[in-house]
Amino acid sequence: MTSAPVLALRGVSKRFGAVQALTDVELEVHAGEVVALVGDNGAGKSTLVKTIAGVHPIDEGQIEWEGRPVSIHRPQDAQHLGVATVYQDLALCDNLDVVNNLFLGRELKRRGTLDEVAMEQKARELLSTLSIRIPSVRIPIASLSGGQRQVVAIARSLIGDPKVVILDEPTAALGVEQTAQVLDLVERLRERNLGVILISHNMADVRAVADTVAVLRLGKNNGTFPVQQTTQETIIAAITGATDNAVTRRAARTTEVAQ
Amino acid sequence: MSNDTKTPASAPIPAVDPRLLQREAGLQGYVNEFVRKVRGGDIGSLPVVIGLIVIWLTFGLSNSQYFAPSTATYIAYWMPGVGLLAVGLVFVLLLGEIDLSVGSVSGLSAAVYAVLAVTHGLNPWLAVFTTILTGAAIGALHGWIFAKIGVPAFIVTLAGFLVWQGVMLWVLGSTGTINLTDVGLNHFLSGNSYVLNGDVSGGYILAVLAVASMAYGSFGEQARRRKAGVPFKPTSELLIRVGLVAVGAFVAAYVLNQDRGVPDAQVMFLALLIICDFVLRRTSFGRKIFAVGGNIEASRRAGISVAAIRISVFSISGAFAALGGLTIAAETGAASQSGSDPNNLMMAIAAAVIGGTSLFGGRGRVWSAFLGMLVISSIQYGLNMESLNQDVEYMIMGVVLLAAVIVDSLARRTQKSSGRG
Ligand SMILES: Nc1ncnc2c1ncn2[C@@H]1O[C@H](COP(=O)(O)OP(=O)(O)OP(=O)(O)O)[C@@H](O)[C@H]1O
Ligand SMILES: [Mg+2]
Repeated sequence: MTSAPVLALRGVSKRFGAVQALTDVELEVHAGEVVALVGDNGAGKSTLVKTIAGVHPIDEGQIEWEGRPVSIHRPQDAQHLGVATVYQDLALCDNLDVVNNLFLGRELKRRGTLDEVAMEQKARELLSTLSIRIPSVRIPIASLSGGQRQVVAIARSLIGDPKVVILDEPTAALGVEQTAQVLDLVERLRERNLGVILISHNMADVRAVADTVAVLRLGKNNGTFPVQQTTQETIIAAITGATDNAVTRRAARTTEVAQ
Repeated sequence: MSNDTKTPASAPIPAVDPRLLQREAGLQGYVNEFVRKVRGGDIGSLPVVIGLIVIWLTFGLSNSQYFAPSTATYIAYWMPGVGLLAVGLVFVLLLGEIDLSVGSVSGLSAAVYAVLAVTHGLNPWLAVFTTILTGAAIGALHGWIFAKIGVPAFIVTLAGFLVWQGVMLWVLGSTGTINLTDVGLNHFLSGNSYVLNGDVSGGYILAVLAVASMAYGSFGEQARRRKAGVPFKPTSELLIRVGLVAVGAFVAAYVLNQDRGVPDAQVMFLALLIICDFVLRRTSFGRKIFAVGGNIEASRRAGISVAAIRISVFSISGAFAALGGLTIAAETGAASQSGSDPNNLMMAIAAAVIGGTSLFGGRGRVWSAFLGMLVISSIQYGLNMESLNQDVEYMIMGVVLLAAVIVDSLARRTQKSSGRG
């Protein structure tokens, strides 16, 4: 990975009123690399994602795209660069049906009008690769379960031709099978030479698919580790900020009981 | 799971859950699905159609004159004016907003047209064009203040309600009334203009055109869906739909032909309804309006410029208010101070909501402007015939509007509880 990263953040800061959500954050994603972004609740992961996606413009620092500095002020800017994002809160329109949500903002057209047939066809294909069962692709999002909505949001990021896919806790609401499918999907994205940022609280998932783990703590970088050469304890210590933390204490307790 | 459990052979998983939304074949399945939809709060036009039948029966049984063809002419002739205001309002309601200025803008537009075309003798078509542009610009201004400065639309358009009424009075000047000359669009919209000069064939030609294009559209879509291998509506359902529209169209043509024919104003109204319906359902602009009405933040993140959509929707509402104002003036033959009658605003909002467009945004169709106006005009004419006073008319209209809003709110609640909100 000697070439320039497809996406790089240099000293990015973001402030919400009194809250300094991000301070001097650095992050690099290369093509064909899966970067796991981990950190405790409120660490600033979703905020970081939103700055890349153009939902919240950054206050300070720089975003580089394929080595060149770019400015991302609006979601459109990120879309045009080739960033696709699955938000933690999904951001779907409850009143629109599955097909319309999937293609929202990038509808397929035929002679200037919406090509509902082609969109429906593509939507079915896409959803079946994620092995999700939904009652119909023509019912409003409001009538889907949480996990079904999440899969729709994930499928949405695959429409268009992104170069970087950002997944903010994509498997939080998913069952075992769908989680495995999403992890497979992440691997397929890597094979297609896309850059992936995966946010997850599940260390097993992170270790299964990520190449690199970037830890965020209280809005600051707290280490970047290659997954292969790093133990889980090291990562957890970086997340919590101490080797003596709730996780290790609990682990010690449970081993004592077992003995 | 223990290790020696055999993993089941991986069967291909269908994209569609077999448990749900299955409709039994044939008419019975159709009826069942209909009942289920209504239970789930997806009521569509059902309350309006039932309401219309009740209204017609009530007035018709108390006064047999109500079923005379002249009733239909009256309704077809007076519907388009306020109906056009309602069309613009449907766009605004789909965003989940409201435009209280349409009545005043329509009055002002009639005044602007009268001053340009009558007082200054401008080419009548150029005057129409300028007037509609004025309406669109006024709407765009409301939209801009709402979208860019962030003043609630309710307040912006309430201010517009007063301001444009003042401007109208100022434009009309001391006389207060300007009689219109029977030229240009004004002639087309006035009481002397019927399709093919009121010839019997006119109404039937329109009915044939409507039914044929609807049949062509729905069967064409069915064929394309069948070819692409996606679910399509069964032929029986399409036949029923087209059949119902055909009955409505030919009965209307027959009744109107008993009197003077189809008013041209009504034809313009119907043509604009078809165009707007197309824009809302078949173009990405229309899709964006629904999206913004459903979830503003999700729309923004999908790359939709929410401000641009808001400004253009209010501008559309202004343009329809202007056209509605021209129509109302043509119907009465003059631009007068009563052009901005606040009742027109109330009627237009009521029509859109009665017709089934939700006040909560994201749900509705422009045809609700037509259905709602049909209900309102039917009641108005019936009350006039019973020679009831204004006081009773206001009370009844108020109750009808309240009933429509209650139905809308209840539908929303049932939709929430059955997961369709
Ligand atoms: N729109 C906002 N306005 C004000 N403060 C915000 C906003 N969004 C996030 N914050 C604050 O920024 C900090 C980081 O929040 P963020 O959502 O990025 O956390 P996170 O790492 O995604 O947490 P989680 O794992 O719970 O999703 C929090 O303290 C939060 O309160
Ligand atoms: Mg988060």
